[in-house]
Amino acid sequence: MSGRKIGEVILEVADVSLSFGGVKALQNISFNVREHEIRAIIGPNGAGKSSMLNVINGVYTPQQGRITFRGKERGQMDPHDAAALGIGRTFQSLALFKGMSVLDNIMTGRNLRMRTGLLAQAIHIGFARREELRHREYVEHIIDFLEIQAYRKTAVGRLPYGLQKRVDLGRALAMEPSLLLLDEPMAGMNLEEKEDMCRFVLDVNDEFGTTIVLIEHDMGVVMDISDRVVVLDYGKKIGDGTPDEVRSSQAVVDAYLGVAH
Amino acid sequence: MTLTSLQRNWPVVALIVGVLIGAIAPLALGLSTPGFYFEVLLGGLMSGVLYSLVALGFVLIFKASGVFNFAQGAMVLFAALSLARLSEHMPLAVAFVLSVGIMAVFAWVVERLVLRHLVNQDAVVLLMATLGITYFLDGFGQTLWGSDIYTIETGLPKTPVLVLESIFEGGILINTEDFVAAAIAALLVLALAVFFQKTPTGRALRAVADDHQAAQSIGIPLNRIWVIVWTVAGFVALVAGMVWGSKLGVQFSLSLIALKALPVVILGGFTSVPGAILGGLIIGVGEKFAEVFLGPPLVSLFDLAGGGIENWFAYVLALLFLLVRPEGLFGEKHIDRV
Repeated sequence: MSGRKIGEVILEVADVSLSFGGVKALQNISFNVREHEIRAIIGPNGAGKSSMLNVINGVYTPQQGRITFRGKERGQMDPHDAAALGIGRTFQSLALFKGMSVLDNIMTGRNLRMRTGLLAQAIHIGFARREELRHREYVEHIIDFLEIQAYRKTAVGRLPYGLQKRVDLGRALAMEPSLLLLDEPMAGMNLEEKEDMCRFVLDVNDEFGTTIVLIEHDMGVVMDISDRVVVLDYGKKIGDGTPDEVRSSQAVVDAYLGVAH
Repeated sequence: MTLTSLQRNWPVVALIVGVLIGAIAPLALGLSTPGFYFEVLLGGLMSGVLYSLVALGFVLIFKASGVFNFAQGAMVLFAALSLARLSEHMPLAVAFVLSVGIMAVFAWVVERLVLRHLVNQDAVVLLMATLGITYFLDGFGQTLWGSDIYTIETGLPKTPVLVLESIFEGGILINTEDFVAAAIAALLVLALAVFFQKTPTGRALRAVADDHQAAQSIGIPLNRIWVIVWTVAGFVALVAGMVWGSKLGVQFSLSLIALKALPVVILGGFTSVPGAILGGLIIGVGEKFAEVFLGPPLVSLFDLAGGGIENWFAYVLALLFLLVRPEGLFGEKHIDRV
């Protein structure tokens, strides 16, 4: 990777616990994410990865613990607030706007950056028109970047799965997020699609300088592209470090291979 | 269409063919003169446009929030009442703008006091909530504006005119007011289509309609979107109320036209704007045809009293659609994972 430099801590998760009734989804989780890094959260199914992502994204409010994003501790918030703060995300089970074209889907990502009022939009006058064009330009840049030019006007629901995943990524990128959360970006993909996606994740990180937190249960892919890895199992953190450190940790090996207690 | 898909979908095809045959039969069988036929057709289209308007209100809210808004009819009545009473004291245009404002305030209050607190509840809970809103709005409208029959003076001539006398024998009798009403409705539908397809807010509305969770995660504020959707639905209700009210007078029975819009949305599909429009037209024309062309033969053949077909035709058609194509003509097919 070229001129990318890992910077200060941008997200600090401290002692976070989350439970649903009696089920403890997360227990005293602490870790941090540095600017410009690719940080992976891995673990077997049911380890609490998605819960962790949803806590960062504001879908769930943890019962205990603090989350500090860019030096500010956050109170209760919803995903819309998270988006306004610059946290973008993709979804494991695709949550695209299926009836809309690829272009429109990605354009929705610009929503927070649109300034003109409803009335001006409705009559489509000067400023509103120029603004739309400016955002369109940025979106075209993303479309080129993700190599989906040919599908610009196609309804997303009709694209194959791998391409839909790319559109999902594009929509999140259109927000120009400072922190991008990827929820199992390689899930359900074939090998070729996985390699494409890895390349895009690395390129996003490199070209846009976006900090990335990705969760994945497939260890192989993640180890190759991440700077640091958090390992969760049954809602507890059992490992944290560089891919090599994590790979050689006994606790992690046990969690993945199973061990007689 | 391949043969296998034809085999699978034959009830739908049969139903659509049946509707088409019904549409041309009167002319083909010589039951009416072309002039009279077109007169009935136009009359049907005119009332169809109005059904479409009410149905459109249903579809807009259902798409954006998954709420089946039973209160749409009450909104039509309330908006029409506001317009009628306000226009007694000021020019119609000013009263119209004020009424739009009233419907926007109503939308805001509904979001604030009801919808916001019922997010993620069962569809049945939300339906009950809108039932509550319906009765509140019916009553509150009377408290605020009175319960007499009011008129909306649009200043249009109510006398029918004869047109196309050179083409059809005897010409076609149409009502200027009806004609203007249909034009206004068509314009409104066109404006809504442009708003939804071409503006960023319209795009955000479509996004919310497709996927709430994803829309929120990219920073589209659900609460604001709901206020906008309910305001647009209120605006549509106002136009429908103005057109119906100026034709028939503003009175309590206006809120019952919502019941006529139900078969329209079943026919067109709950999630389809074009479906609401086409469904309204089909039902508007269908019930006029049934009344005018099906009634008399029934009377002469079976010695029935005839009449009243207009009242049930829409529901029977909707029932048939529910049996063979529950998602309507253009609705999304729901395949739930279990």
